[in-house]
Amino acid sequence: MDVTINGERRQVAPGTTVTEVVRSLTRAERGVAVALNDEVVPRAEWARTAVAADDRVDVLTAVQGG
Amino acid sequence: MSLPPLVEPAAELTVDEVRRYSRHLIIPDVGMDGQKRLKNAKVLVVGAGGLGSPALLYLAAAGVGTLGIIDFDVVDESNLQRQVIHGQSDLGKPKAESARESVEEINPYVKVILHKERLESDNALEIFAGYDLILDGTDNFATRYLVNDAAVLLNKPYVWGSIYRFDGQVSVFWNEYGPNYRDLYPEPPPPGMVPSCAEGGVLGVLCAAVGSVMVNEAIKLITGIGETLVGRLMIYDALEMTWRTVKVRKDPEGEPITELIDYESFCGTVSEEAQEAASGSTITARELKEKMDNGEDFHLVDVREKNEYEIVSIPGSVLIPKGEFLSGEAFAKLPQDKQVILHCKSGGRSAEALAALKSAGFSDAVHVGGGVLAWVANIDPSLPTY
Repeated sequence: MDVTINGERRQVAPGTTVTEVVRSLTRAERGVAVALNDEVVPRAEWARTAVAADDRVDVLTAVQGG
Repeated sequence: MSLPPLVEPAAELTVDEVRRYSRHLIIPDVGMDGQKRLKNAKVLVVGAGGLGSPALLYLAAAGVGTLGIIDFDVVDESNLQRQVIHGQSDLGKPKAESARESVEEINPYVKVILHKERLESDNALEIFAGYDLILDGTDNFATRYLVNDAAVLLNKPYVWGSIYRFDGQVSVFWNEYGPNYRDLYPEPPPPGMVPSCAEGGVLGVLCAAVGSVMVNEAIKLITGIGETLVGRLMIYDALEMTWRTVKVRKDPEGEPITELIDYESFCGTVSEEAQEAASGSTITARELKEKMDNGEDFHLVDVREKNEYEIVSIPGSVLIPKGEFLSGEAFAKLPQDKQVILHCKSGGRSAEALAALKSAGFSDAVHVGGGVLAWVANIDPSLPTY
């Protein structure tokens, strides 16, 4: 199925979880937030939250600058 | 989220203040009541740097009665590209003092309180206690988690902004009404994973965009108008020129914050692997110069990024960015029969690359403590720094 990850259309297997999406993008899960359809998914729910067709997933990285 | 005003109104505005704030007073949503609340407000700005500069200038102009400034640093030339509260004549001056002078010039009715110290676990609660609202414009993860936890423990709201290159993120964290920073980012990225502005750069004007949103939120919180960013994260992309907001909610399984901790160790500024690799395998810039002068045969590798290499480099060094050490790509480019010496800007990244290099079997490799900055300071002060 197709989903949009960080603005790009990508194919993922049905049942793919937020955790799996993050792992496909970065080695580090620390310092990362994930918005699923414009709503941040709390870390504890990543593993049990599956993405659905046409979902929009944004993987955000914490930045420290000020 | 719409919230009650954070601050009670001051008894009155003087005639001078009415004249000064007239463009606020004639906005129905602000009016006399809102301006009196601003006058009574005590706002602490953590960091008089990129975000602190526009934030302090606009908070002062808006008539916030008491402004606290906490910064232990001094004004450096490389700050002036974005830290507009400081100027050429402020070079070398404590940022807190330089910021106070600008604030007083903009609005003499503002009372300024200076905290010329580093915000630490042992002073944060005492300092925060004197303020209604905090603005976080610091430049490192350790202080950001400290600000968050102290604000949660004191049940105070704070406006959070962070920037990197062309990207900005802003939110309002107030544990009583919504999520806090740890609900968004439970822990910082691994050390060395996300560069600071000093390492990765930042577009100067980005500070104005993000800093002005921070002040906008501060004014709304103080006066109780509008929909605040409590429960929302705002994301700015200056290249695409988009502002987006995403909802943030409390993590039901998040660890409760019960006390302040050791934030340097929580954020691990340098990873344990890097510390271990660097221990006993660090040479000084002077030792590197001696090796050169003695004609020793070694391979000097600069692990910074190309842009940084173009600004200044140590003679004879070749560029292989740190990422190639972490991915393993770098090893094939290195000689097996010579000692490899790594360096970066100040010694952090080269220690990480050294850890990867040593585990790949380059056991006699070393890195230069203090990096190219130490080279410029001790060997060739004619070179530029950044």
